[in-house]
Amino acid sequence: MAAHLSYGRVNLNVLREAVRRELREFLDKCAGSKAIVWDEYLTGPFGLIAQYSLLKEHEVEKMFTLKGSRLPAADVKNIIFFVRPRLELMDIIAENVLSEDKRGPARDFHILFVPRRSLLCEQRLKDLGVLGSFIHREEYSLDLIPFDGDLLSMESEGAFKECYLESDQTSLYHAAKGLMTLQALYGTIPQIFGKGECARQVANMMIRMKREFTGSQNSIFPVFDNLLLLDRNVDLLTPLATQLTYEGLIDEIYGIQNSYVKLPPEKFVPKKQGDGGKDLPTEAKKLQLNSAEELYAEIRDKNFNAVGSVLSKKAKVISAAFEERHNAKTVGEIKQFVSQLPHMQAARGSLANHTSIAELIKDVTTSEDFFDKLTVEQEFMSGIDTDKVNSYIEDCIAQKHPLIKVLRLVCLQSVCNSGLKQKVLDYYKKEILQTYGYEHILTLYNLEKAGLLKPQTGGRNNYPTIRKTLRLWMDDVNEQNPTDISYVYSGYAPLSVRLAQLLSRPGWRSIEEVLRILPGPHFEERQPLPTGLQKKRQPGENRVTLIFFLGGVTFAEIAALRFLSQLEDGGTEYVIATTKLMNGASWIESLMEKPF
Amino acid sequence: MDCYTANWNPLGDSAFYRKYELYSMDWDLKEELRDCLVAAAPYGGPIALLRNPWRKEKAASVRPVLEIYSASGLPLASLLWKSGTVVSLGWSAEEELLCVQEDGGVLVYGLHGDFRRHFSMGNEVLQNRILDARIFHTEFGSGVAILTGAHRFILSANVSDLKLRRMPEVPGLQGAPTCWTALCQDRVAHILLAVGPDLYLLDQSACSAVTPFGLAPGVSSFLQMAVSFTYRHLALFTDTGYIWMGTASLKEKLCEFNCNIRAPPKQMVWCSRPRSKERAVVVAWERRLMVVGDAPESIQYKQLTIQVLLDRLVLRRLYPLAIQICEYLRLPEVQGVSRILAHWACYKVQQKDVSDEDVARAINQKLGDTPGVSYSDIAARAYGCGRTELAIKLLEYEPRSGEQVPLLLKMKRSKLALSKAIESGDTDLVFTVLLHLKNELNRGDFFMTLRNQPMALSLYRQFCKHQELETLKDLYNQDDNHQELGSFHIRASYAAEERIEGRVAALQTAADAFYKAKNEFAAKATEDQMRLLRLQRRLEDELGGRFLDLSLHDTVTTLILGGHNKRAEQLARDFRIPDKRLWWLKLTALADLEDWEELEKFSKSKKSPIGYLPFVEICMKQHNKYEAKKYASRVGPEQKVKALLLVGDVAQAADVAIEHRNEAELSLVLSHCTGATDGATADKIQRARAQAQKK
Repeated sequence: MAAHLSYGRVNLNVLREAVRRELREFLDKCAGSKAIVWDEYLTGPFGLIAQYSLLKEHEVEKMFTLKGSRLPAADVKNIIFFVRPRLELMDIIAENVLSEDKRGPARDFHILFVPRRSLLCEQRLKDLGVLGSFIHREEYSLDLIPFDGDLLSMESEGAFKECYLESDQTSLYHAAKGLMTLQALYGTIPQIFGKGECARQVANMMIRMKREFTGSQNSIFPVFDNLLLLDRNVDLLTPLATQLTYEGLIDEIYGIQNSYVKLPPEKFVPKKQGDGGKDLPTEAKKLQLNSAEELYAEIRDKNFNAVGSVLSKKAKVISAAFEERHNAKTVGEIKQFVSQLPHMQAARGSLANHTSIAELIKDVTTSEDFFDKLTVEQEFMSGIDTDKVNSYIEDCIAQKHPLIKVLRLVCLQSVCNSGLKQKVLDYYKKEILQTYGYEHILTLYNLEKAGLLKPQTGGRNNYPTIRKTLRLWMDDVNEQNPTDISYVYSGYAPLSVRLAQLLSRPGWRSIEEVLRILPGPHFEERQPLPTGLQKKRQPGENRVTLIFFLGGVTFAEIAALRFLSQLEDGGTEYVIATTKLMNGASWIESLMEKPF
Repeated sequence: MDCYTANWNPLGDSAFYRKYELYSMDWDLKEELRDCLVAAAPYGGPIALLRNPWRKEKAASVRPVLEIYSASGLPLASLLWKSGTVVSLGWSAEEELLCVQEDGGVLVYGLHGDFRRHFSMGNEVLQNRILDARIFHTEFGSGVAILTGAHRFILSANVSDLKLRRMPEVPGLQGAPTCWTALCQDRVAHILLAVGPDLYLLDQSACSAVTPFGLAPGVSSFLQMAVSFTYRHLALFTDTGYIWMGTASLKEKLCEFNCNIRAPPKQMVWCSRPRSKERAVVVAWERRLMVVGDAPESIQYKQLTIQVLLDRLVLRRLYPLAIQICEYLRLPEVQGVSRILAHWACYKVQQKDVSDEDVARAINQKLGDTPGVSYSDIAARAYGCGRTELAIKLLEYEPRSGEQVPLLLKMKRSKLALSKAIESGDTDLVFTVLLHLKNELNRGDFFMTLRNQPMALSLYRQFCKHQELETLKDLYNQDDNHQELGSFHIRASYAAEERIEGRVAALQTAADAFYKAKNEFAAKATEDQMRLLRLQRRLEDELGGRFLDLSLHDTVTTLILGGHNKRAEQLARDFRIPDKRLWWLKLTALADLEDWEELEKFSKSKKSPIGYLPFVEICMKQHNKYEAKKYASRVGPEQKVKALLLVGDVAQAADVAIEHRNEAELSLVLSHCTGATDGATADKIQRARAQAQKK
């Protein structure tokens, strides 16, 4: 069912099975028929763990969305609330329970907190007089959700904002808990590296939690060789740039949510003759995107410019395969052909879908504005004219292009210049407030607090040093047959991934100077293993590194890491974990504040 | 050699019995047991006696005395009973003695007569008193069921997790039932009671009349009932001298017997017959004992596991023996030695003659980091004995903050609890302590505490942002955080204020704060916004329509769209909209209006700071090629080709590109040569290219 999770070097199906088991056990505690009342935000991530069929097997008969006032009528014995531990949700739950009490036969209420039980929330329920109504109050430690064979995400939307703007480390605590769960399943990770303030905190929490669990000695042979914790604010640049991989562009243009994308339906109408365009579907086409789909696994991480040739080659192979039927003469040959038919039809369907998606993307990427925007981005990243007002940005504002696009570009310029000159910064800010409205002053302040937008202090621009030392800009990029990670942004090598690459070889000691310029401490911790569990690597065997992005990661960065994993002489394979899968737009949006 | 059958006496037709003494009781009882309340713990556990239970005189000599003996009668404890009248005694599964008082209070004592805790069976009982009580055992623990003076039943199925359940009323019940018992079926506790000839089963929601299967007729009253230890079987004794034995569900009869004795028996209990799996009921009168049985018990219960055995040794303070057994059985540390040591430590903290330091050190030396030992449990015990300092010392050894914090709060060491919570990184724990502190301290002290804990402060700010906005303001004020205060008042100007004056006033406060924060930009921007708001208000009054909360840019656009060009100009000047943006703005607005005349006039008002390509683009966007062509001629050389292509003049575009000798422009034009008439142009370009290559 989720076979693609076991394709990688680390079988993440083990984790999925573990969390499914935990869910089943909880459901069985509440004997009898059940209705689940969902915190709406959780339904997406839960879909990756358990389909409705699993819930149904455990007598879940009804599902509702958590809303104020009364629950819809349901003839069930148990009502279970699946919620994140948030005070405002507790108020709604109390309202539900109190109005239910006045009505008809008593039911059993339960709460499942995801990912953690909260004393604060229980106190609120107590104050509202409903705490005693719940028979089971438990937690479901769904911290890291497996998205793909090498990808885990907490899907914690507000993590970056909480960590870097509000000094609220709740999501870091959950990250540390998630890492403890991983270690319980995959063995203690012997080495921890990190860069950044949040990384330091997570490592500290892990070490502390390990001490708390003394006694339950972990006897599992370690699967991961090391863990690299990276703060998003060590590399604020990468997510701001437009991703140029296939998957990255799908995300940039349509947004991928919990591995699903919704696309305009027109392109997906099966072409039939004589059907003159009537009955066009109005509902968006929803597709799941993961490596379970063979073709997608092949093209997702390619630079978009290299996707077309793969698709046309695939098309030839598939039509040749269908032509084979004319050669099938004997019964045996026909039988063989027929047996392959389902697989071929699936491949043809997949090809049709991705050809349509590629056409949709191409419409965008060949537009003049996309080209202009990309040109400006690339100028900034290669260090050209970052210290003065950019006329493209000015024109975007004057034409009232989407605010997020403008903010993204201004932030990119600021980051690529280690902050803007005060005059330039004030000019942009004033233009934005006058054009889009004064209320955005709150958003601008948030961006400043996060360090995305700032005045240059001390008149020093460190970015060129960082760019040169880490070779962030590569002029000779090969989009078709890449030799370096810079292909994912057609020239720019993501800083975060470069740090990972350099850690693996030759080690961070070679870039001490740059590490000191980047924010936050860098460190290394060892977690001792009992002698029986120490790994003796076979010659030529790759190390497995778990890389955890605290504050979010983009699909282009993931693509770059997969590229490194696949290198013949790379020496390291990566499993990627993050607080949230994101892109520049969703990231900026999470930092925006709308007072009305 | 004695004959094997010596000393055996016949019992009925098929069985024999003999009497021999297993051991003699070591006790030296002066009273008869009949004058005492007696409770014996299961599995050969201790025996509790309450002497003179019903005397209420104040004289100490005749006060009731509570005595505890081992199963063989060794005295373990003796104490004067100073509390209320005891209705019933019973032992819990953990060998704690539960003394149920008439007033509903239940006092809990340990094996050695040490007072543990007390709880109440509810306020209702205070008035009505308790008539009768039963202590019963379920798989969850031990429960208490009581019958109140108002003839209602109240029960708690597990006294360690006290939840009182008031059972439904029995219809028509005037007096006390003739007999009753607590039952446990399907993991739920029930009450079975007899009122004259009727039996009722009470569960949480209903009272239902029940009839035992195959009950002999003629019964007018049930005098006694007994349930077996496992709650599987039930025996009923009726006023006809008839005994019914069956399953506790009453659905199956195992046997019946008529003993022809009509007097109510003193006692009736289930027992096992020696060396057989059969179960039987022993019925006792004043001078007569009767064994009735024929109920085969197929399942053997092994409730006395090794864990329970160890618990019992520990309760009797035989720690070394318990540890030896653990080692001999090679039990895992967590289940074995660690647990015994933890118990030992709990006992150790009660030794009041040893100093806190010594006890803490002794415990840590023995326990160290032994897995599975909970220092917080031990600390809780120390606190329970009134040794707070010792508890704090012990908590230092506890690695799990989740365990440290609640106890520290209980001991009113909230500030210490706060730093422990922060250390753990568990924000929920920090919040819990914070809310505790907030209630415990006065506001000033609370704020001061926050000030010293930045992590807690930022969390509390988040809490206030959603829950207590006014407090948030106070926090910023305390820290002289003018920047945040400014933002705070901006939010207030949108959220809290409806009237324009109020909004402007809030913004004024914000602007003042920004000045204090030396954020000139924000202060000026805020003042501009105040000005704009007032102006928008005036526009609404004078011109009608919606202006409030539009951006400056959109306000100007709206004015142009409404034909108020003068006002628009004025506004742009007042707020110093840069020329370039103003041109874009006007261009867009006039094109939207399709006011081509005005657009042309505007284009000629002075040299365009944005060039003329945008004019071409916007006219084409409105599908007005005629107007577009007017501007195409004015586009500068750099963008000329683009402009000509936009208006569809491919031939001229080719000429310009050839003139420019610009390869990029040439291929751009070539890519536009798609029409049937473009063939000549394409050839022209190819020729120009070829020529360029020759050179």
